[in-house]
Amino acid sequence: MTELIEKGSWVEIHKVVLKASDRAPQVPEDTREVPLEMRVKGFLLAHAAIGDDVEIETRSGRHLSGRLAEVNPTYSHSFGAPIPELSSIGREVRALLRIRG
Amino acid sequence: MTAKSYAAIMDQRAKIMRASVDIDYEQYTTGKLAFDYERLMTDTGYGVETACAVQKRTSVGDTPLVELKNITELARCVSSSGKGARIFVKDEAANPSGSFKDRRASLSVHEASKRGYAGVSAATSGNYGAAVASQAAKAGLRCIIVQEAFDSKGIAQPEIAEKTRACEAYGAEVLRLSVGPELFYMFLRVLKDTGYFNASLYTPYSVLGIETLGYEIALQVREIAGAFPDVVIATHAGGGNLTGTARGLRKAGAVITEVIAASVDLSGLHMASDHDFNRKSFTTGHTGFSMPFTTWPDRADVPRNAARALRYMDRFVTVTQGEVFYTTQLLAELEGLERGPAGNTSLAAAFVIAQELDQEQIVVVQETEYTGAGKHPLAQLNLARRMGIEVRRGDPRDSQPGQSIVIPGHPSQLAVVDIDLEGVRRSYLQNAIQRLPQGERLLDIDLAFLAEETRLSQTHVQEILNELTGKTR
Repeated sequence: MTELIEKGSWVEIHKVVLKASDRAPQVPEDTREVPLEMRVKGFLLAHAAIGDDVEIETRSGRHLSGRLAEVNPTYSHSFGAPIPELSSIGREVRALLRIRG
Repeated sequence: MTAKSYAAIMDQRAKIMRASVDIDYEQYTTGKLAFDYERLMTDTGYGVETACAVQKRTSVGDTPLVELKNITELARCVSSSGKGARIFVKDEAANPSGSFKDRRASLSVHEASKRGYAGVSAATSGNYGAAVASQAAKAGLRCIIVQEAFDSKGIAQPEIAEKTRACEAYGAEVLRLSVGPELFYMFLRVLKDTGYFNASLYTPYSVLGIETLGYEIALQVREIAGAFPDVVIATHAGGGNLTGTARGLRKAGAVITEVIAASVDLSGLHMASDHDFNRKSFTTGHTGFSMPFTTWPDRADVPRNAARALRYMDRFVTVTQGEVFYTTQLLAELEGLERGPAGNTSLAAAFVIAQELDQEQIVVVQETEYTGAGKHPLAQLNLARRMGIEVRRGDPRDSQPGQSIVIPGHPSQLAVVDIDLEGVRRSYLQNAIQRLPQGERLLDIDLAFLAEETRLSQTHVQEILNELTGKTR
């Protein structure tokens, strides 16, 4: 059974704004092959399941519609692993400064 | 053609813009191409002092000027004897949302509030979004930021993902879009739908807000050293940063200070390409913006761009992505300032340019920006590796944007590449004549305008125009 997401939940919707065939005339070839997509977050206005067409109220108070993509969407950007090519720079330049005295 | 099709919305562009910035740009037209730039700026009523007063209300500006003594010392290690100017940085990360963009947003949001708009909106994937959202929060206005944020595979640019988070933290609605120039189309739809104020990066308010930055630099350096700075370097993209800073310097009397534009070299990468989108490790401060905007500023989201960088730049240099990451590491490890990376483009250039100058001279890097998850060399280089880009140490001249990032093996390997300003001016004039309506001829006032735009004599402008059109006028 599909899990129902409660009205009022903080969610993200997804929508194709322009189909590939409707894109601006000046877009380069690779971009013209894909649609223009939009993602936006807001409060769900009625109970729904992931993948349903829904309406949300955004932080500016607008009502927007799209496919329900995610509930309480995560901020997943991070720093990631240290980059060895950067790790030794500090040690190298401090050595140069020491030689100079 | 449906009511929301690309063509239908773009057809309404002029009307939507007029309502959203509340400036009648038409009244400033003086020729076939010319317009009265200074009157456009002064009609806003903002001088440096009035701008300062508005900014003070939200604790914007008055940021510290920090001398980078260890980085200066390192530059002297690799420069000729007696060379290596003192390097200072204006720590703009101390502004409320963490960058100089608060200065740009402050006057726009103040105007929106004063004129009774219910909200503000901006099309920006950078720090400016956070700045508008922060200012709007304080003013009690609603805010919508439109971003170009992810590619067709759903991979978000980490720096933009962080800006999404920041804007949402300030209570803004963020429309995240996939790659493409239709960002502007969606922005027009938002303005049409909401009737919000267009807090464009290119209105007079946005540029006048930065004049305070140049003004503060001039006075702070004079207080420390007894003279104005010899050189100020600005990270250059759309032109507002350089234009506003240079105008502020002049207003403080620092007329002999050399103003240098610095951009990250991203040549070969297409700005509207879905494939190239996540192969750029910089989302701003790069040649993908600075070249088109320098050679034709009026490609902006308002009819007349108040950011006109070619009028103010004495020199234009590029650095590589690897050099900026290297310099970002120097700033953290030698000066205890974790900032950038994009804002450190001008610092990478300063490290090199300081070596051309005498030790008693002063170079000012006119901004820093906050750093954080996603907005960091580690995040960018991890993404670069994931996209198949080679990351290695070596000579940065061997790097190829989109293919390889080469982090200098030694500080002596940092260099700047000078862009031929004569060529930039010719490109500007080429763009200008292409905009001349069919069958129209340039008036004398247009020649005077083009001379001001390019900092050439009218005779020289005429000569280039003759060459470009292959005829005598």
